[in-house]
Amino acid sequence: MKFSKINFSFLILICIFAIIYALPNLIPNFQFNKINNFLPGKVVNLGLDLKGGSYLLLQANVDEAINEKIEATLSEVRRTLRKNKIKYKNLKSNNNRISFIIREKTLSKKTTKLLEKFLKDFQLTKKENYFVINLSDNGISKIIQSTMNQAIEIVRRRIDESGTKEPLIQQQGKDRILVQLPGVDDPGRIKRLLGKTAKLTFRFTHPKINSSELNKNFVSPPGYILLEDQNDKEKFYLIQKKVMISGEQLTDARPGFDQDGGSAVMFTLTTAGGKKFGKITGKNIGKAFAIILDKKVISAPIIQGQIFSNGQITGNFTVQEANDLALVLRAGALPVPLHILEERTVGPGLGNDSIEAGKFASIVAVVAVIIFMIITYGMFGIIANIALVMNMTLIIAVLSLLQATLTLPGIAGIVLTIGMAVDANVLIFERIREEFKIRKNKFDSVDEGFKKAVSTIIDANLTTFIAAFALFIFGSGPIKGFSVTLMIGLVTSMYTAIVLTRFLIIKYISKS
Amino acid sequence: MFKFKIIPDNINFNFLKLKYIAFIFSFILISMTMIFLFFKGLNFGIDFKGGILIELKSKNSQLVDLAKFRERAFLLKAGEISVQKFGKDTDVLLRIQKQDGDNKKQMEIIEKAKKHFEEDFVIRRTEFVGPVVGDELKNAGITAVLLALFLIMIYIWFRFEWQFSIAAIVALTHDVITTIGLFSVFNLEFNLAIVAAILTTAGYSINDTVVVFDRVRENLRKYKSQDHYYIYNKSINETLSRTIITSITTLIALIIIYFFGGAVLSDFALAMIWGVVIGTYSSIFIAVSCLTYFKIYKGDKKDTSEPIPEYER
Repeated sequence: MKFSKINFSFLILICIFAIIYALPNLIPNFQFNKINNFLPGKVVNLGLDLKGGSYLLLQANVDEAINEKIEATLSEVRRTLRKNKIKYKNLKSNNNRISFIIREKTLSKKTTKLLEKFLKDFQLTKKENYFVINLSDNGISKIIQSTMNQAIEIVRRRIDESGTKEPLIQQQGKDRILVQLPGVDDPGRIKRLLGKTAKLTFRFTHPKINSSELNKNFVSPPGYILLEDQNDKEKFYLIQKKVMISGEQLTDARPGFDQDGGSAVMFTLTTAGGKKFGKITGKNIGKAFAIILDKKVISAPIIQGQIFSNGQITGNFTVQEANDLALVLRAGALPVPLHILEERTVGPGLGNDSIEAGKFASIVAVVAVIIFMIITYGMFGIIANIALVMNMTLIIAVLSLLQATLTLPGIAGIVLTIGMAVDANVLIFERIREEFKIRKNKFDSVDEGFKKAVSTIIDANLTTFIAAFALFIFGSGPIKGFSVTLMIGLVTSMYTAIVLTRFLIIKYISKS
Repeated sequence: MFKFKIIPDNINFNFLKLKYIAFIFSFILISMTMIFLFFKGLNFGIDFKGGILIELKSKNSQLVDLAKFRERAFLLKAGEISVQKFGKDTDVLLRIQKQDGDNKKQMEIIEKAKKHFEEDFVIRRTEFVGPVVGDELKNAGITAVLLALFLIMIYIWFRFEWQFSIAAIVALTHDVITTIGLFSVFNLEFNLAIVAAILTTAGYSINDTVVVFDRVRENLRKYKSQDHYYIYNKSINETLSRTIITSITTLIALIIIYFFGGAVLSDFALAMIWGVVIGTYSSIFIAVSCLTYFKIYKGDKKDTSEPIPEYER
């Protein structure tokens, strides 16, 4: 029948902490209020489903990066063999491996030595004169990680340039990127911006064969490739495989207008790029120079005169398209294409309605439970209600402190804890009631009742906690938010019931 | 000391006598679930099935004529679509199946649908879930439920005896299955939030069961000379008041969410309301009834009980 001083001081500390950290949430526009400077806490971090915004899950096509690496290595192997005059046959690549046969077995040792010089992330195996080069697992994950880092960087730059505030961009799993855009209720433009890899190249067209002679079944001669016009699916160009200038040599790109007043993109090349561009354009006046973006031809203007570092791209753009193209060129090309796997967008209207409905439901639920508890338990009911209110304050305080995200299901979690939080109190009261029937002594029954109820409370809450924990591990987004509030609610309701209720009951019965 | 009593003090109801009726009732519930799942299946939401969902609200609080809206949505030529009122008469949910073709096709149809209705509707919410993610979410949901059941079983085994853990899992599985059945029978949308609701009610139900088991364990040690049947019944009766009061407070909160928490949460609340009711029922009638089929050892010590008080005789 004692309540130790240490326990008491700790209880007071907890209560003060709860009130201070929960307080900001009651002040409208807290961030802009002067009180902000005096309170340590922040307001609860609302999920996108409550404050409105867009959630995108993107998948990077990392296989493409791996293939590129294999193809580059294949060329390197070919170059090395030729340079050293090693005769070979059947040099080919498939499924992340390169294989070939050398004609003279005696050169096998020399070949191994030459290849090992540059094959770092590969495993080289040979059987007499048959060579197999495999990309190692380590090598694959290195490629994936560097691709992902680069992709995330470019995604961030593009989103920043589009003027979206406080985006959250992070890698998820091996090859996915999670993008959260608070306050964006129409992510259409962002999706378009992220939908382009934006690999820009300048290449020559075939000197003799014109677009009018081409169709999609045309078989391109070696060294050339058939590419579609970006606006007209029926129009084709025969383009040299060799890249003269690529987007990496761009330092800047801005939207603007051409001589005829149409939208265009003005670009600036690096010094080295400019020199090269000048040399190429100077030598090839009168030839068609195609501008290619993501395997589609934007336009193929005829070179009128020598151009150095400043040029322009025209191609029947709308103003918006020119803006977007300039933006993606400025931000740089994505290493691989990205696909949208999942999108969830909530407009500000729905978010506000959800918050209002959630607030209203919570308040009505608290009031209803308070009334019910007073009817059922009288004075003890009031004690349970004090514990309940303190419990709510604690939940909000912990949520604010951890900056955990409160989602719509999370609000349901809080309302549910209102109902369940009184459970611990009910267990205690019922136990005391039983003990009282046997002992007829208030103090002893309270003491005994508490002792017996506490073990039940811990068992019961721990098992519920396990279910919430399973949700936390496997849930995603809003569901995770729900499990966090549920877990916090379980812990705080246990504390308020075991400590606060006990304290209040002891105070109450020693007075009466 | 206490004002009002919901359950009278001297209650001594023979719950175990109703054991067989309860078994038949539960058997019917579970069979119905199985039949519905087999012949009708679940109405999976886009979380699991993949597809597109758009929530619209008409401008100027114009009431929505669903038939007209449906005709207008058909003009999108987006294949299978479904149209449904959502909460209020001004709000509509439009579901569009996954489009043939690649990812760009999905994005195109979202943009097209938005433009199509933009004039007199506000787009409140857009969701797109690709089939890959849908499958993953489904697997994650199943894993979460199984993992939770397993961990709970281990915990109860550790804290009680293995017999208790089996009885608890039987009761819990019963709750999970019948809740899934509820969604099949009434053709309610089964989505991620519902999995969360199921796990939460599993948590609630096990909470209830543990409270009763706790008392059973205590009484087994206390009344060694009494037979198990008497002890089980006594334990249920002793915890009955708490069981009822907690169910009422939780139900009050849930019913309020159901009516006032907004349309997004109403199915979620419904699953939990069912879960609380069925969880309370199963703790008493299924979990404890299962215990009667095990031999549970009462320990070596002598009967430590105080003489049985007057009111129990």
